[in-house]
Amino acid sequence: MSTSSGINADLGLKLKRFVTPDHPEVNYAQAEKGIKAWLTTVDHKKIGLMYLGAIAFFFFIGGLLALLLRAELWTPAKTFLDADAYNQVFTLHGAIMIFLVLVPSVPAALGNFFLPIMVGAKDVAFPRLNLLSFYIYLAGATFSLYSIVTGAVDTGWTFYTPYSATTGTSVVSMTLGVFILGFSSILTGLNFIVTLHKLRVPGLTWGKLPLFCWSLYATSVIQILATPVLAITLMLLVMERTLKIGIFDPALGGDPVLYQHFFWFYSHPAVYIMILPGFGIISEIIAIFSKRRIFGYWFIALSSMAIALIGFLVWGHHMFVSGQSTLSSIVFSLITFFVGIPTGIKIFNWVATMYKGSISMRTPMWYAMIFLFLFTIGGFTGVTLGTLSVDVHLHDTYYVVAHFHYVMMGGMLIAFLGGLHLWWPKMTGRMYNERWANIAAFLIFTGFNMTFFTQFILGAKGMPRRYYNYIDQFQSLHQFSTVGTWVLALGFTIILIYLLQSLGKKGVIASKNPWNGRSLEWLTTTPPVLENFTYTPVVIHGPYDFHKPIAEFEYGIESHGHGHHDASVHHSNEESVNA
Amino acid sequence: MDKLGSLFLPPAKSTNAADVDALFGFISITSVIIFVGILIATIAFIIIYKRKSDNDVTSLNDHNTTLEIVWSIIPVFLIVYVFYWGFTDYLKLNIPPANAYEVQVIGQKWNWAFKYNNGYTSPNELHVPKGRPVKLVMQSRDVLHSFYIPDFRIKHDVIPNRYTTVWFEAIESGESVIFCTEYCGTSHSDMLAKVIVHEEEDFQKWLKESGGRPADMPLADYGKMLYTKSGCQTCHSTDGSKLVGPSYKGLFGSKKTFTDGSSLVADETYIKSSILNPSEHVVAGFAPVMPTYQGILSNDDIDAIIEFIKEQK
Repeated sequence: MSTSSGINADLGLKLKRFVTPDHPEVNYAQAEKGIKAWLTTVDHKKIGLMYLGAIAFFFFIGGLLALLLRAELWTPAKTFLDADAYNQVFTLHGAIMIFLVLVPSVPAALGNFFLPIMVGAKDVAFPRLNLLSFYIYLAGATFSLYSIVTGAVDTGWTFYTPYSATTGTSVVSMTLGVFILGFSSILTGLNFIVTLHKLRVPGLTWGKLPLFCWSLYATSVIQILATPVLAITLMLLVMERTLKIGIFDPALGGDPVLYQHFFWFYSHPAVYIMILPGFGIISEIIAIFSKRRIFGYWFIALSSMAIALIGFLVWGHHMFVSGQSTLSSIVFSLITFFVGIPTGIKIFNWVATMYKGSISMRTPMWYAMIFLFLFTIGGFTGVTLGTLSVDVHLHDTYYVVAHFHYVMMGGMLIAFLGGLHLWWPKMTGRMYNERWANIAAFLIFTGFNMTFFTQFILGAKGMPRRYYNYIDQFQSLHQFSTVGTWVLALGFTIILIYLLQSLGKKGVIASKNPWNGRSLEWLTTTPPVLENFTYTPVVIHGPYDFHKPIAEFEYGIESHGHGHHDASVHHSNEESVNA
Repeated sequence: MDKLGSLFLPPAKSTNAADVDALFGFISITSVIIFVGILIATIAFIIIYKRKSDNDVTSLNDHNTTLEIVWSIIPVFLIVYVFYWGFTDYLKLNIPPANAYEVQVIGQKWNWAFKYNNGYTSPNELHVPKGRPVKLVMQSRDVLHSFYIPDFRIKHDVIPNRYTTVWFEAIESGESVIFCTEYCGTSHSDMLAKVIVHEEEDFQKWLKESGGRPADMPLADYGKMLYTKSGCQTCHSTDGSKLVGPSYKGLFGSKKTFTDGSSLVADETYIKSSILNPSEHVVAGFAPVMPTYQGILSNDDIDAIIEFIKEQK
């Protein structure tokens, strides 16, 4: 298949080579101008960027709250917050980070931007639904913020009954906020599934799909199947509080343990909503920066699906000491262990991909290595927690807090940063300062371990979570953990500075394929044009076939029709070739 | 193993603790070994296969079924082994011996009460004999709580309208801390109690002498003791500062206005009714969060607390 005529014969299509220039005359951001164009855009890339902005904002808020919590824990009892304020702050930190940051982070921001480009489509399958999901997200977020202003919620992000049914704080508005956010999540998942099934360009078989797309596919399945259960649960909670119907509150004849079943039936699969897209990013980064075919493509792709399905059957491992039956606990423990297997398979395949590769330690690759380090620790401590007798001791202690921060922050958030650094040049057309990027990555790695490894020790020693006050013997460990958060904050501040600086006048212009990638997003201009490609790409090789010349990835067919957008913003195909 | 244990785990003071620690140690050490293996491989690959030029030729080998099976099957054996070990120990933790000594536990915002078969209720102090299995039958009066003794490696949620149990057998005498580990509101982190392990004969002696004021102790002093032990001090200060509830300072004889607009002079009758039926008169500016002490404090105990409050001028 080294000549174009051979390729033509194979696919039965009239193929042409389209060499896109590094930079378009008019990129997607310039195509429609003004605030109104942004707010009413149906372009998946702009919607992705708006999500990115919103998520970064909420991460900033959630991060400030975390700094407050850790500072308050500098001494036992009161340092500067009273107990009620502390309880509200940890609730808000958890709820904001989970529902406003982690759940939408990779799918809604990076997924929205790149999934359609990676399958060669002009947009997602339902662009207007995509815009709607962004506004639903904003509405849900507004409701949540409203509850902050009107007397904050202090139940923890889990809203456990009967406490949440009796406390005087505005649980109802916070719950409604989360309820609304769920619909945003469902719509995004629906859009991605249809896009992946219906909008792949010719030649892009499931076996040639970049692994990031596979991970988003698995994520979308969970979003569609699990999120409605969260909505039902929260609706029941609202009904109980407003109409006094006894469902979970024993004072009204309800069962508080039932609430936990409902809640974790969503919230455990939600953990995989949060981590699977991160796996996808890591697969892309390791392949590109090892310049090597990914090892065990199908094992990685299908292990995401396996995790998505098994993930529905493990919720009871949050409830080993809750009063569910001993038999249930035993079954849930066994199934929980089996989620570890596909996760382990991924880690081994990533490391094997580096074997006999050509490894370039640029910033995204550093993040992938940090991810491997932190996420593996998160995974192993998950095995410890899944073990019945050991969990009895560790449940609801700082060990659990440390474990989920290693998985969620050390896993998902680090993968998100990896993805951001991988795709930043493509999204903005600018390259960031790599020296500062490496310094920031190092600070985040150090600060993270200082903050959270300490918490494994605290938890094993018996320090319970959600404690405003603590016994004196824990103080030095708490203080060390707090200092770690300052290092983390410094790292994130540096990232913010150099990313903003790259957008300014002195920013370095990026080429269209700075890392020498092979999947479709690297073949279009930087930044991409309005509908991503000026032709319809045809995929001949896999996304990780770095040994094939780049020319063989540039084939396509003439594009016909322009969807719903103004045709005037398009170049002709010939212009692209000549430019 | 013991050294590692003392670095990460609290002292092991129950018969089941050593088993739990051994499994914790096994998982942790196995994890560290595999983790270090992955780390060494990764670092070695980064160094050995460092990119020399953009034209580096890399391996095209993209799968190896034998390898995939090996690294799937070995972990399967490991996890089934760990699961089975955890499962057998969990059964031990969940099935109290038939001859266990029973104590009733009541959890409420934000204190614990322990009721013995002689009718005595001990607030925030669990007294148990060494070397005898003790079974706790637990219930909550309000929201979820969780009963946790780190030194014994036991924990279980305490639920309203339902009884749950834990058991343990202490192997050395002394004191250990009891935490609440299910978030329950403002003073969740102050919902502490302690377990006091006695030698068998000391326990019998304590049980006989328990209940009521030691003969030579003045009533107000006994009230002070109850004030600390029963959890009153979590919400009521004696120096005038405002905590969850009104301060005791200057309380007795003062006029109190309630949330419904009515008012009363705080006399003996008022204080007693506030202890037994706290939601009847809630002082304006405070939330109705105090639990009842019905069945936890005896009439004599309440008299003593009233005497103590009278002294806080």
